[in-house]
Amino acid sequence: MPTITIDGKQIEFKQGQTVIEVAYEAGVEIPHFCYHPKLSISGNCRVCLVEIEKMPKLAISCATLAGDGMVVHTNSAKTLEARNAVMEFILINHPLDCPICDEAGECKLQDYAYAHSRGESRFEEIKNRKEKRVQLGPRIKFDGDRCISCSRCIRFSDEIAKSNQLTFTNRGDKVTISTFPGESFDNPYSMNTVDICPVGALTNNDFRFKSRVWEMSFTDSICVGCARGCNTEIGVRNNEILRLTPRQNEEVNSFWMCDNGRLNTFKNVNAEDRIDGTFVRKEGQLQKVNWDEALEVAAKSLKEYKSGEIAFVGSAFATCEDNFVLAKLAKQLNIASVDFARHSVAGDQDDILIREDKTPNTAGAELVFTKTNGAKLEGIFRLIKEGKVKTLFVMEDDLGSINDEWEQALGMLDLLIVTATNSNKTTALADIVFPAASYAEKHGTFVNFQGRVQRIRPAVSLDEMDRALDGMNMSRWDKFGTKFDRWNQGHKYDAKPSWKILAQLSSHLGGKIKYEMAEEVFAEIANSVDAFKGLDYDEIGELGIQLKISEKVEK
Amino acid sequence: MAEKKRLKNLTFLEKMYIPEIVKGLALTLKQMLSPSVTMQYPEVKFEPPASYRGRPVLVQETNGTERCVACGLCSRVCPALAIEVQAAETELEKERYPQKFEINMLRCIFCGFCEEVCPEEAIVMSKDYELVFQNRESAIYGKDKLLVPVDELKDRIDFLRKFKK
Ligand code: SF4
Ligand code: SF4
Ligand code: SF4
Ligand code: SF4
Repeated sequence: MPTITIDGKQIEFKQGQTVIEVAYEAGVEIPHFCYHPKLSISGNCRVCLVEIEKMPKLAISCATLAGDGMVVHTNSAKTLEARNAVMEFILINHPLDCPICDEAGECKLQDYAYAHSRGESRFEEIKNRKEKRVQLGPRIKFDGDRCISCSRCIRFSDEIAKSNQLTFTNRGDKVTISTFPGESFDNPYSMNTVDICPVGALTNNDFRFKSRVWEMSFTDSICVGCARGCNTEIGVRNNEILRLTPRQNEEVNSFWMCDNGRLNTFKNVNAEDRIDGTFVRKEGQLQKVNWDEALEVAAKSLKEYKSGEIAFVGSAFATCEDNFVLAKLAKQLNIASVDFARHSVAGDQDDILIREDKTPNTAGAELVFTKTNGAKLEGIFRLIKEGKVKTLFVMEDDLGSINDEWEQALGMLDLLIVTATNSNKTTALADIVFPAASYAEKHGTFVNFQGRVQRIRPAVSLDEMDRALDGMNMSRWDKFGTKFDRWNQGHKYDAKPSWKILAQLSSHLGGKIKYEMAEEVFAEIANSVDAFKGLDYDEIGELGIQLKISEKVEK
Repeated sequence: MAEKKRLKNLTFLEKMYIPEIVKGLALTLKQMLSPSVTMQYPEVKFEPPASYRGRPVLVQETNGTERCVACGLCSRVCPALAIEVQAAETELEKERYPQKFEINMLRCIFCGFCEEVCPEEAIVMSKDYELVFQNRESAIYGKDKLLVPVDELKDRIDFLRKFKK
């Protein structure tokens, strides 16, 4: 294999790799703005200049192919001088308005200015002013002053989103970004440009000014918007989700996520209609009761029916753990009719990320339900209509919203028990409602359409949890806040993960299902479902693991 | 019991005490005749110099708006976590303003870091040292209590411009 020497380190590389890539793999970060591993090389920012022996001039490492025997210096006096000069040049017209810029705290320009520039400006003339607060698209605002013309956003729109909506206009120091006449920067992936913009020129309308990034905690999670299961990071402040950003996973979503997933999969967590506490229908009204009473009423009412009159409906929105415990409780009660609803939107799919299946865990629910041989969902629906199924347990799915017939069917039941995160048509008809933890409040696993099992972790604390004791990620506010600080009084919902509710219900019914942690449920899944054999949470880790299921290999 | 050791043995005169008593009485007499410096607080109030660090306040421009851009730097630097800022967008040129700005006066230690870090000269230490509250809630000062017209803060701002680099 050919080798290259970077800062005295001998590194092997593959023919065709650029110097910046080889350096990155060896743990040497060469400063860069315009270079992005998933975009074409533009080479316009010049910050990645390095000294290469035997070359007459400094070379930009993003566009220089590594050659056998090359000797590269990324921190020599000559390189540093050039880097400082480039930084000074880029900063000439930059407004330096970090105090009002959302990027501050995670800004490449800010970091490099601190690490690599001369520290003082020699520019005494009046800075160039450009347009500010330009609504580039429905979800993105653009600040012309801050833009350093790296063209990442343009290349993203051309090469990844394939929408060709952005371009440079004007020349020299007047250059700026705009959409083509009559176009708006509106495509399903547009907001990824906010993440890759190395400065704060592109801002997320939804998150704009909501919080400084250093005030938040960040937790690795999975998007629940569709069966892709994009890897995400949940940004939380004061126990409220403020932002989702994609997390790199080359097997699933690379660096990206879609705008719908980014904006519409977290707001329900802190929404007004969140179910907070347990409810039992008394005199026609759902009334708040304590957990023991609700569990007692649920157990007592379930006992009044024969197992043939009861059906259980799981959910592709719930984790494998939730569905597994549901199937187990069904077995304890001898209930054969166990299934879950599919939520596919035909045609709403592309070859980038978005999938027709709008749930995160259809594959997982299928895997843990395989052994049942009672009625499927259609059958359950028919049995309800025929009056044969009188009792339904619905976990985390809004069957009442599938269509009017389902809503009617639910109305015909004698007893409807649900676990749900938010109020919906199904909870409105229910006799007993248990508040379910959302995906951002529990541990668990989802299996995406490729058959990849991935973990979710709690980012928002429930009433029964404690950030410190439960090992959740904490911001500085979380660490030092007391109950007297208004910035530490974010509401904690009185909810539990569905698997826990089911396990407690089981013991009220005289069963032996008992788990303390989601991890224990998963251990049992790993023991009893072939596809999960030998896995545990540590093994799945941050990036998930491909299950050995033959028919799913699609990427 | 061990014998007590003196650092210094008293001389004969000192052992007599009388000269020491005279010295003491002379001092008392001197103080009685010199002018009094005690202030009759609260009837008379101490007017601190510009360098004094009283409670931190927000600068209110002559047009009534706050100078603060809600950058949150004061909140970040505050060693006592006394400050909470919630930003929001404004049509003004500064783009953002503090929708909520609260200082918990029970947490504040009057260090002046917030004033030092502020990029806008929007939070300054005032001369106000009279802080009275009867419960924790009322110790949290919102914008209503924090905003002070810029004219009233001239002393401090001049001081800062002279000495703050
Ligand atoms: S808006 Fe951002 S990503 Fe686009 S060219 Fe300017 S600095 Fe680069
Ligand atoms: S593609 Fe699917 S999983 Fe990915 S962000 Fe969009 S909705 Fe979420
Ligand atoms: S004076 Fe010090 S303790 Fe008080 S608010 Fe300012 S930074 Fe915090
Ligand atoms: S540092 Fe100054 S501008 Fe920033 S939030 Fe505090 S008072 Fe406002």
